[in-house]
Amino acid sequence: MTKTDVNLAVDIGGLTISNPIMPASGAFGKGMEEFLDFNLIGAVVPKSITKYPQKGNKNPRACETFGGMINSIGIQSDGIDKYLNHTVPYYQQYDVPLISSISAESVEEFEEMSEMIAGSPDVAALELNISCPNLENNGEAFGMDEDITYEVVHKVRQITDKPILVKLTPNVTNIQKIALAAERGGADSLVVANTLLAMAIDIHSQQPKVGNVMGGLSGPAIKPVIVRQIFQVREVSNLPIIGCGGIMNADDAIEMILAGATAVQVGTASFVNPSVMKDMIEGIRAYMEQYQYQTIYELVGKTMDRI
Amino acid sequence: MKATSNLKVLSNKQLSRRYWHMAMDSSSIDEKIEPGQFFNIQSADNGSYTPLLRRPFSTFRINENSLEFLYKVEGPGTAKLSEYTPGDYINLLGPQGVPFSIKEGTDKILLLGRGVGIATLAALAQKAFNQGIQVYAVLSARSHDDLLAAEALKDYCTEVVHVTEEEQTSGVDNVREIMNNLITFYQIDAAYTCGSRRLSVLLQNIIKERNIDGEVALEEYMACGVGVCYSCVCDVVRNNTVYSVKSCEEGPVFPIDEVVFA
Ligand SMILES: Cc1cc2nc3c(=O)[nH]c(=O)nc-3n(C[C@H](O)[C@H](O)[C@H](O)COP(=O)(O)OP(=O)(O)OC[C@H]3O[C@@H](n4cnc5c(N)ncnc54)[C@H](O)[C@@H]3O)c2cc1C
Ligand SMILES: Cc1cc2nc3c(=O)[nH]c(=O)nc-3n(C[C@H](O)[C@H](O)[C@H](O)COP(=O)(O)O)c2cc1C
Ligand code: FES
Repeated sequence: MTKTDVNLAVDIGGLTISNPIMPASGAFGKGMEEFLDFNLIGAVVPKSITKYPQKGNKNPRACETFGGMINSIGIQSDGIDKYLNHTVPYYQQYDVPLISSISAESVEEFEEMSEMIAGSPDVAALELNISCPNLENNGEAFGMDEDITYEVVHKVRQITDKPILVKLTPNVTNIQKIALAAERGGADSLVVANTLLAMAIDIHSQQPKVGNVMGGLSGPAIKPVIVRQIFQVREVSNLPIIGCGGIMNADDAIEMILAGATAVQVGTASFVNPSVMKDMIEGIRAYMEQYQYQTIYELVGKTMDRI
Repeated sequence: MKATSNLKVLSNKQLSRRYWHMAMDSSSIDEKIEPGQFFNIQSADNGSYTPLLRRPFSTFRINENSLEFLYKVEGPGTAKLSEYTPGDYINLLGPQGVPFSIKEGTDKILLLGRGVGIATLAALAQKAFNQGIQVYAVLSARSHDDLLAAEALKDYCTEVVHVTEEEQTSGVDNVREIMNNLITFYQIDAAYTCGSRRLSVLLQNIIKERNIDGEVALEEYMACGVGVCYSCVCDVVRNNTVYSVKSCEEGPVFPIDEVVFA
């Protein structure tokens, strides 16, 4: 087999991307373009946008823990107007689809924002961040409730025909129920998942290590939990899954694809190495050549057949 | 396109109980490196995730073909850094950030540093000295042992004053008096600080009263170091409006009168 036989393109709910590697919202943006050719990745996913400008949480906003980090950024945002006037046009210079991540405080706000964002011809798909643990009380999020998940997705579905990606929270007892609620609501793809609600304490000052007391754990430490959740969601849903959480290299991405993901998002790894997504794409290609796979689809959920 | 660089360790020596000095071969870095800029250093071996994130360090000395860092062993990142020996390679991302500025016509500058902040100011002292500017410094530390690392500054400074907690000379009132005396006596044009919130607030007040220029290098917690994560933000006031800005991108050096010290 020659190199040209490998096709990395996938469809994630109506949006075709040239390869399954894309950034995770909040861990990507202007600043990385000096280290990574954005035209190489499957899609661009800027940080979640809120309706109004908001400041985010108090410092310190991040700390390192074993095999990961906890962040309590709290979605610092310039608001939707600036997003539409600056962020969206900025990404037009790249030849890859723009996925807009939306974070809202109520179902109505999700609707309003989706309408504004989907109205932009330059936005290829919407990602509903119903999983940010920082904004809601005590780390709770929309995505922790089946009915609200259904309601948010259902309402946004009435507004747009653009692909709707729903980013689930891993902080639930049964992710299958939430995934099915999102599917019933009309989601085109499920992002599994976001950060795990976590806490770390400095034993010398005896204070929490992040200003907001609790935050979201990301990085290699969470990967096994996310792989499990991808597998579980795959068991009940046929929607394309985008795996997200703890991917550090191509092997991790392949592991998530074998568990059932069609594509993956990369967050914390880009902080360690801002050009890491390029290495991941090359690594996946090399793996497919080594084991003679022609398409990503031959790998998606393959581990199910091996059990 | 920028890339991270693997630099060869030339030396890595312990200077005092907690302070270390490292030199690396920087001949492969084409970009000009300026005092106040930082490198985001990966202390773990590639593929090992402990510690996971890079750690920011400002350059202590910038030479033709080498870079020097002065660092205090704090936790896992700096502990790992202290284990490297000459010949090893370390991955660096940088130079990043906005450097210190020296206005045209400046003759005399004053530095106010504490702890590892002294390392950040050292590169500025080196540059100013090379430009024929006279450098004065007030250096603060917990103990004399911690000041050992500041010896290098002597090469570039006309006068260095040490204050320590050990000798009960590092209180704000005493430092204020020393600073004011130096500013008056030597007719200082600009002052720079790094390493302590308390001293930054003091300098902010002094520069307002004395009507001289001042800059501060902030040390906010950084996760990405490239302006995408928003973990390093600080508040600045510009035209009477407060803005939250990323200190890895718009800093770490700021005009001191802009910064809102929380
Ligand atoms: C722009 C900048 C320049 C710096 N220059 C120097 C320098 O020249 N020499 C030096 O010794 N130190 C410098 N520091 C501080 C240095 O980054 C931290 O001491 C180091 O990251 C600690 O890592 P650790 O794993 O040893 O400790 P950890 O156990 O991870 O942390 C110990 C403490 O160090 C501080 N710290 C940890 N990580 C960071 C981080 N990513 N950013 C900022 N502070 C952190 C926190 O206050 C934390 O509580 C600088 C920091 C910044 C932001
Ligand atoms: C600093 C930081 C900021 C984040 N901000 C957002 C955000 O704005 N919206 C969102 O949906 N997820 C956000 N996330 C979560 C990431 O998109 C991702 O789901 C998570 O980090 C797990 O992936 P990783 O282990 O590859 O980092 C953020 C994560 C980090 C580390
Ligand atoms: S460290 Fe990430 S934005 Fe500054």
